[in-house]
Amino acid sequence: MTQAFRNSDGGRIDRGKRVSFTFDGQNLEGFAGDTLASALLANGVRLVGRSFKYHRPRGIVGSGPEEPNALIQLGVGAHTEPNTRATQIALFDGLVSESQNAWPGVGFDVGAINNMVSKAIPSGFYYKTFMWPAAAWMFYEKFIRSAAGLGKAPTEPDPETYEKRSVWCDVLVVGGGPAGLAAALAAGATGARVILADEQSEFGGSLLASRDRIEGRDGADWAGDVIDDLAGMPEVRVLSRTTVVSYHDHNYLVAVERVNDHLPLGKRHGPRQRLWKVRARQVVLATGAIERPLVFAENDRPGVMLAGAVRTYVNRYGARPGNRAVVFTNNDSAYRAAIDASDGGIAIAAIVDCRAQPEGALVRLARERGIEIVAGSVITGVRGTKQVSEVEVATLTQDGSDVAGARRSIDCDLVMMSGGWNPTVHLYSQSGGKLAWNADLATFVPATAAQKSREAGAVNGSFSLMAALAEGSRAGSAAARDAGFEGEEPAVPACDAGPGDGVLALQALWDVPCGRKGAKRFLDFQNDVTASDVALAHRENYSSVEHFKRYTTTGMGTDQGKTSNVNGLAIMAGLRGVDVPEVGHTTFRPFYTAVTVGALAGINSGPELLDPVRKTPMHHWHEQHGAHFEDVGQWKRPYCYLRPGETVKQAVDREVLAARTSVAILDASTLGKIDIQGPDALELINRVYTNNFATLKVGACRYGLMCKDDGMVFDDGVTARIGENRYLMSTTTGGAPNVLNWLEEWLQCEWRDLEAYCTSVTTHWAAIAIAGPNSRRLLAELTATDLSNEAFPFMTWQDGEIAGIPGRIFRISFSGETGFEVQVPASYALALWRALMTAGEKYSITPYGTEAMHVLRAEKGFIIAGQDTDGTTTPYDLGMDWIVSKKKGDFLGKRGLERPDTLRDDRKQLVGLLTEDPNEVIPEGAHVSPSPHSNKPVPMEGWVTSSYYSPNCGRSIAMALLRGGAGRIGETVAIPLEHKVVRAKITRPVFFDEEGERLRG
Amino acid sequence: MLLIECPHCGPREQTEFTCGGEGHIVRPDPATATDAEWGHYLFMRKNPKGLHYERWFHAHGCRQWFHAARSTVTHEIFAIYGIDEPPPAIDANKAGSR
Ligand SMILES: [Zn+2]
Repeated sequence: MTQAFRNSDGGRIDRGKRVSFTFDGQNLEGFAGDTLASALLANGVRLVGRSFKYHRPRGIVGSGPEEPNALIQLGVGAHTEPNTRATQIALFDGLVSESQNAWPGVGFDVGAINNMVSKAIPSGFYYKTFMWPAAAWMFYEKFIRSAAGLGKAPTEPDPETYEKRSVWCDVLVVGGGPAGLAAALAAGATGARVILADEQSEFGGSLLASRDRIEGRDGADWAGDVIDDLAGMPEVRVLSRTTVVSYHDHNYLVAVERVNDHLPLGKRHGPRQRLWKVRARQVVLATGAIERPLVFAENDRPGVMLAGAVRTYVNRYGARPGNRAVVFTNNDSAYRAAIDASDGGIAIAAIVDCRAQPEGALVRLARERGIEIVAGSVITGVRGTKQVSEVEVATLTQDGSDVAGARRSIDCDLVMMSGGWNPTVHLYSQSGGKLAWNADLATFVPATAAQKSREAGAVNGSFSLMAALAEGSRAGSAAARDAGFEGEEPAVPACDAGPGDGVLALQALWDVPCGRKGAKRFLDFQNDVTASDVALAHRENYSSVEHFKRYTTTGMGTDQGKTSNVNGLAIMAGLRGVDVPEVGHTTFRPFYTAVTVGALAGINSGPELLDPVRKTPMHHWHEQHGAHFEDVGQWKRPYCYLRPGETVKQAVDREVLAARTSVAILDASTLGKIDIQGPDALELINRVYTNNFATLKVGACRYGLMCKDDGMVFDDGVTARIGENRYLMSTTTGGAPNVLNWLEEWLQCEWRDLEAYCTSVTTHWAAIAIAGPNSRRLLAELTATDLSNEAFPFMTWQDGEIAGIPGRIFRISFSGETGFEVQVPASYALALWRALMTAGEKYSITPYGTEAMHVLRAEKGFIIAGQDTDGTTTPYDLGMDWIVSKKKGDFLGKRGLERPDTLRDDRKQLVGLLTEDPNEVIPEGAHVSPSPHSNKPVPMEGWVTSSYYSPNCGRSIAMALLRGGAGRIGETVAIPLEHKVVRAKITRPVFFDEEGERLRG
Repeated sequence: MLLIECPHCGPREQTEFTCGGEGHIVRPDPATATDAEWGHYLFMRKNPKGLHYERWFHAHGCRQWFHAARSTVTHEIFAIYGIDEPPPAIDANKAGSR
């Protein structure tokens, strides 16, 4: 197809650079500088998609982010992206685009059957179906789901890269139209650090779409010169193709720069998009305005467009969306569009104006050109299924509520509508700024800013070029001044935007009467919401703004109602007989336009970068020896080491048995370690543990339990006294940062008289636990330290050299076996591990993982804080009364443990469970029920916290927090599972070597 | 995201901080406090619309605690002061709703 609707000159496209692309498989050509939308229009493509609910044929309506209809599936394969707007897609060679929401094709669409049965799916359909009866929804859902949906997400991983940048500036100017350019120039001239961002490829905003002149030049040329000036200012950063999408607290704004989206795949370098996180001292919002459609019968036909958009296509792209247009307006601005369209080769068949006596400079200009003006009239119908062919016009009655008299038909292939302009207040409103209703403009405008921001130009409702330039200069200077930069406010450049610039003389026209029943008057094109739907919502009392929005789904599409919201509010106000401000408006929420997940993720994607991965010094060895890893916090820990042909259970059983029969070693490096020093270090430790540490001697260690001040268990671990005023506290792997924060909070905020200092040494020291009857014999081969029970009793530690490496040897055990823990500087840990493995060969030394560690400790009834406790568990609930000191003074949790609630007998208490079937391992988290067969909800009395198969006991073992459990030893309880009920006997939570002889042996 | 002026490091992004909730809570003497008083200390917190005195921790910075007086409505921070300092007087109107 040739570009039959392209003018031979004019516009900002480069006719010397042809660009090939496809739309729905059709090969087409456009020019460099085109958007996909302008290229489609130049090629005469009018039908670009189907509507969401009724699958009605739809064409391009707008020329920017407001576009509701022209949603495009862009690109193929892993690069495909749904719901992109044709109006914002920069055309490049080889671009592949598909229309959406239409199967088998945009021309014939089975979903259009919905259109014929539209009475069956009115507003609120989803809600009503969902409410009655529940089973019906399940039935309908799959049909609704398959028929609905806007485009398809790629199924492959995203091959593109993204990045983020955090920056600050003195003044952020949002929007690069005349107001924004003037603001940036004024602020930049003071030497302030300025960022100017605009969503388009080229700066100039409305200047690109107009024939305005500034300082004797074409407006777009002036914009280019300003950008050149700004580029020469060292503190100014100019960002094109960058949409500021959200405005948060304390002048924090987020912008997305589309770095590569305008280039063919082969020509892309670096990240596809860049997320800018901007902290600005001052903000100037020059975000412009978006034109409002008129809500008239059949206004969704392809070829019904916003008047300003048509002006943009003609002036900027030299593309004609039609050859013969009818203009329908309630204000003067559409006359400017009509005149420009006329100059661009589009015949204006008539201007239908709802105002009885339109008169203004632009109206006169149109009249002088011989354009017919049909005053006091409205369009009452549009014919043409896949493209407009004719409109029907009638006269409004005196009160404007109906039409009267004969209908007149006018042939046309294009309708240019204007219902006025809505300032783009999205960011302003997100910032917390309050809006006020301006009755003259019939729209919301900024009233009271909440942050350090100013508004300039059309966003203020100041629609003339002169006002935009003046407000921009003023706002830019003032913003720079408030940011601490002095400078003279530059003179406002002389400009000429023709007669009547910025004058609307608007007459509000919301629900346009047509004298017919059943004619669809669309208000939200993307979500197929009509004026009748608003009436239905009102009848059913969904008339408050938030109810109405959700009931009708107005503004809930990907366009966020940029063209529909104010019309919807005004129609609802009319139905309720109140003014629009009384209806109010819904909250403007981020983001202004959709943001790809990739841009938000930046480089923080994939298993390595989403969250930091922590590895111990022996990690590589583990990997080489069959380690099957699990995540513990951010750490990777071996769960078990799989030998060839082994199942996980077989490996765990083997490791558990090895620890009880010979010797096994565990990489315990991930345990938290805090070095505590200072004259009051002991006092600090004594206050945070429930048991007494005052008697701890240098060279000794003690297990301690930590509670929050409410008496609930928080963490546990062994603390060793390293010197007179120096201690090494160990914590759980996951609890390490919390414990450090906890100590520092009390030291800094409450116990400011204590002199103690805490340092995390978790990654400084690596740790290896050596467990089993042969552990002493093995370790003795590698160290000169006397390891005998007499010289090195249980719960002591000594400095020592192990395999030639200086470190610390601890006589402690979490396995309940004779055991040692050796700590050496992390960089020596692998050497030590290897030395132990070599020396231990004769004992069949076995590395064991976290699961074997869990089984070993559960056999002994040792708890894991955070697994057998949940923040509502006291030491008493755990049966650990012995660890709560009765003698020492105040400590955290002491008073809390005396509250009546923490002393109740029927609290959930830790017990052991032995299943009737010794091979049945209850899933952890399973609930215990006193009557598992009663009606739902089945009553519960506790849950299983730990559960394993114990090869040493030859059966399953479990622990549970059970209501009143301590007094119920010997009872049998029921654990309902998905397909059966398991019965288990309550025991004390110790299953092996209850006397602890092995531990001390 | 708030911009918080750490008394030691200067203005930093909120992501570097942890909010410790209401400030100036006095821990009663555990030896004499009634169960009701202790329960109040443990569990009862103010939830004002407007001015809130709270404490913050520069967790990913200098690791120091300090106080802030902040509006829970506008998020404006009226004062930053030491962890051992009393709450400054703030004009209630200034801290009101927006
Ligand atoms: Zn700091």
